[in-house]
Amino acid sequence: MEQYRLDKVVKIFGRRQIALGGFDLAVRKGEKVALIGPSGAGKTTLFRLLNLTLRPTSGGLWIDGGEVVNLHGTKLREARRRIGTVYQQHNLVPRLKVIHNVLCGRLGQWSTARSLWSLVRPADVEVAYQALKQVGIEEKIFSRTDELSGGQQQRVAIARVLLQNPEVILADEPVSSVDPSLASSIVKLLVEISETMGKTLLVNLHSVDLALEFFPRIIGMRNGTALFDLTPDKVTDDLLEDLYSGRLPDTDRDGITDEESSTPILQ
Amino acid sequence: MSGSPTEQKSIVMPWPGRERRGRPTLGNYLVAAGLLALFIWSYHGADIRLSELFSREGGGQILAYIKRLFPPDFSPAILQQAFRGTIETFAISFLGTLMAAVIGFSVVFFASRNLMYSGLLYEMEPGEWWKRALRLVPYVSAKSLLNILRTIPEMVWALIFVFIVGLGPFPGMLALGVHTGGVLGKLFGEVLEDVDHQPIESLQSTGANRMQILFYGIVPQVLPQFISYTLYRWEVNIRVAAVLGFVGAGGLGQRIHIAISLFLENQLLTYLIFIYVLVTIVDYLSAYLRRKAI
Amino acid sequence: MKSPVHPYFSSSQKSAFPYLFGLFFLLALVDSWRRVGVDLVLLFERQGRDNVIKFVTGMFPPEHSAQFLSLMIVPTLETIQISVMGTLIAIAIGFPIGILATRNFSVGGILNEADTMGAPTRFALRLSIYYCARGALSFFRSIPEFVWAFMFVRAVGLGPFPGVLAIGVAYGGMLGKVYSEIFEAVNPRPLEALQTTGANKLQIFFYGWLPQVLPNFVSYTLYRWECAVRASAILGLVGAGGLGQQIEISMRMFNFNEILTILIILFLIVAGVDYLSAKVRAIL
Repeated sequence: MEQYRLDKVVKIFGRRQIALGGFDLAVRKGEKVALIGPSGAGKTTLFRLLNLTLRPTSGGLWIDGGEVVNLHGTKLREARRRIGTVYQQHNLVPRLKVIHNVLCGRLGQWSTARSLWSLVRPADVEVAYQALKQVGIEEKIFSRTDELSGGQQQRVAIARVLLQNPEVILADEPVSSVDPSLASSIVKLLVEISETMGKTLLVNLHSVDLALEFFPRIIGMRNGTALFDLTPDKVTDDLLEDLYSGRLPDTDRDGITDEESSTPILQ
Repeated sequence: MSGSPTEQKSIVMPWPGRERRGRPTLGNYLVAAGLLALFIWSYHGADIRLSELFSREGGGQILAYIKRLFPPDFSPAILQQAFRGTIETFAISFLGTLMAAVIGFSVVFFASRNLMYSGLLYEMEPGEWWKRALRLVPYVSAKSLLNILRTIPEMVWALIFVFIVGLGPFPGMLALGVHTGGVLGKLFGEVLEDVDHQPIESLQSTGANRMQILFYGIVPQVLPQFISYTLYRWEVNIRVAAVLGFVGAGGLGQRIHIAISLFLENQLLTYLIFIYVLVTIVDYLSAYLRRKAI
Repeated sequence: MKSPVHPYFSSSQKSAFPYLFGLFFLLALVDSWRRVGVDLVLLFERQGRDNVIKFVTGMFPPEHSAQFLSLMIVPTLETIQISVMGTLIAIAIGFPIGILATRNFSVGGILNEADTMGAPTRFALRLSIYYCARGALSFFRSIPEFVWAFMFVRAVGLGPFPGVLAIGVAYGGMLGKVYSEIFEAVNPRPLEALQTTGANKLQIFFYGWLPQVLPNFVSYTLYRWECAVRASAILGLVGAGGLGQQIEISMRMFNFNEILTILIILFLIVAGVDYLSAKVRAIL
C-alpha cells in the first residue's frame, strides 16, 4: 500500500527558480528512506511538498491513495495532522515551556478553545511525560524551551511528533545543527520509532555515513531530480562523487527564494 | 490514545516542585483578581453604557449622528477654509516640531549625567568636590525643566500661551514646541546615555577639550537618532496641532470646533477628510525622511 | 543645507536629494513663519510680559483648600477610570483587527501559501480582509482622539462615557497598527513547524506568535495606557469627563493657583502610572 506517490512533480518559485523538475517518487507504508545530496538540491522543497506546506506548481501528489493537491481548509489540516515533521532548527517556540511545545502535537486534534485553555492549565501532562521519557529528557518537562541545548530541543521536537501520532515522520536535516556525537543517537531514535510503531520515515541527511548506516533505501538528489534510488550496498563512491561534485546551483539555499509567496527557511 | 507511547498502569512522576508545575500560582491568581477589581471599578466609574451602545436607542444615536455627517460639504467657501486650515495646521506642527528639536537639543546636553558630572569625561578630575557639586545645579535644573515641559499636556500649554500672547496659531506653535521639547529632551537623553565610549576615549587621549569631544565624538553618533525621533514626533504633533484649535490656537481644530458646536456636520466631515489626508501625508513623509536619515 | 554631501542622508554621489530637501525645507520654514504669525516680540513686550508675570505669580501658592481638593477627588478618579476602560476597549478593538492587518497572518507567508495557491478567489478574499483591516486602523488613528471625543459627546452626551469611547477608538487604531508591526517581525519558522501538526490559524497564533512577542506586546500596551491617562485628563476640555473639565473652568476664571494644583495632581497620577507599569514590566 502506497504512503506517497509523486508523479512528475514540478515546483517553481517566482518565475525562474526551478526547485523540483519532474520528480517521481513512490514510498510504501512503513518504509524508511534517506535523502542525501548537496545543498540546493531541492530536498527541503520536496519535504515541504510532502508535508503539505507548499503546493506543487504542476504534477500529481497522492498520500495514502488520496489526491492532495487541491485540499484546503479543514481537509488540508486533517491531512497535515497525519504527517509529522522535524526540522533542522526552530521547531519549537522558545518562550514556551517544554510541555506546551510537546503538547503542540495535539493541536490538530484539539478544538481551539481546548488548546487555549491548555496554555493556562496543561492537559494530557502524563502522555507528554511519557513521550519525553521515550526520548530521554523527561526531567525537563516544565523548563523553558530556550534553556535547553540544541540536541535536547530536537528531542523535544521528536516528542511532539510522538504526541501527534502521525502515519509519516519527515525529518529535514534533523541532526545538522546538533553535536555530532549526539547525531547518531537521535537518528537511531527516529529509526526505532519508525520500526516499533510502524510509521513511514523519510529523513533528509547531510551526513552520508548516517544515511548508509541506518536506512535501507537511499535516494540521491541533485538539482531537483533524483540521481539514484538504491539500497546502501549499491551506493558506490563513484556515485557519491557524481552526486556531490560539480557546479553548485545559483542559489546557495535549498531551492528557497525570497519571493513573496514563500519565506526562506534555510540560510 | 492507541498507538501513543505505552501507558503504564501506575505512573510515577517525580514532580520537580509545585511552582514549576506549569499551572498558575497563587500569586498569579491574586494579580488576576486585582486586575479584575480594577476593571470593574473603572467600568462603573466611567459610566459606560455599553448595553446602551448596542441597543436600538444608544447605537441608534451614534448611527444617526454618522448619517448626519454625509454628504460632506464641498462648497468652495468650505473647501477654501479646509485648505487654509490644513496648511495652517501643517505650519504649526512644522515650526512647533522644529522649535522642539532646538529646545531638546540644547537642553539635553545639560541634562545628561555622563556629560555633566560623571563618567569618562570627568574620570581624571581630582577631589575638588565643590566643582562637582556646582555642576549638579545646571544638571538638576535642566532635568526638572524637561520634566515640567513634558508633564504639562500640550492643551494646557496652549491655554497658557493663548492667555499670554492671544489667540491664533502662534500660541499653538509655542505650546507644541515647548511640550515636545521636553519629550524630545528626554528621548535624546536616552540616546546620549547609550553613546559609544570608544571614540570619546580616543578623542580625549589626543588632548581635545570637552567642547571638541562633544562635536567630534558625540554629536555625529547621536544625530541620526535625534533626527529620527524628531521626525517620529512630527507624526504625533500633526495630530495634536490639528486639535489645538479647540482652544483657539488656529488651524483645522478651530474650524472643527466651530463646525461641531454649530451642528454643521457636513462641514465637519469635510474637515475630517482633510485631517485624514494631512495626517496620512505627514506619516508617509516622516517615514520616508527617516529612512533617508539613517 | 549648504554642504553638497550631508553625512546623515544616504544618497549617491549625484543625488539631488539634499538640494531638493534643503529647498523645500527653507520654503516651508519661511511660509510657516509668516503664516503662523511668529512674533517673538509678543512674548517680550509689555502686554506679554505682564501676562506671564500675572500667570506665574498667580500660580503660587497652589490652591490647597480642603474644599477644592475634595472637589478634585472625583475627577481624578474618573480620569483613571476613563484611561483604564479606554485602554481595554482599545485592546478589544486593536487586537483582533491588528491580527487581521498582519500580512503574514492574513494573506501572505507560509501560513497562506498552500491554501491560496491556485485559488485566486480565496486569495482575493484574504487580501481584501487584510486591506480593510489596515484601512480601518488607519482611519481610527488618523482622527485625533479629541475630535472623536467631541463627536461622541454630541452622539451620546456629556460625561466620561464619550471619553472612554474616544480613547477606545483612537488608541485601538494605534495599538492595532503597532501590534501588526510586532507580529510581522516574528520568526516564521516555528510557525511553519506548528502548521505541520495540523493546527488551525488561531492555534498557531496563540502558541507560536503571541509567546514570541509577549514582552513587546505588553510593554507597548502599558505605554499606551500611560498616554491614555494623560489624554483622559485633557478630554474633559470638551466635556468628556475627568480633570479636563476643571482645567477649563479654572482657566476661564483665571484661577491659576487651581491650575497649579491640578497640574500637580496630574503629575502625581502620571508618576504613579509610570511606577506601576515599570513594576509590571519587571515581572515579565
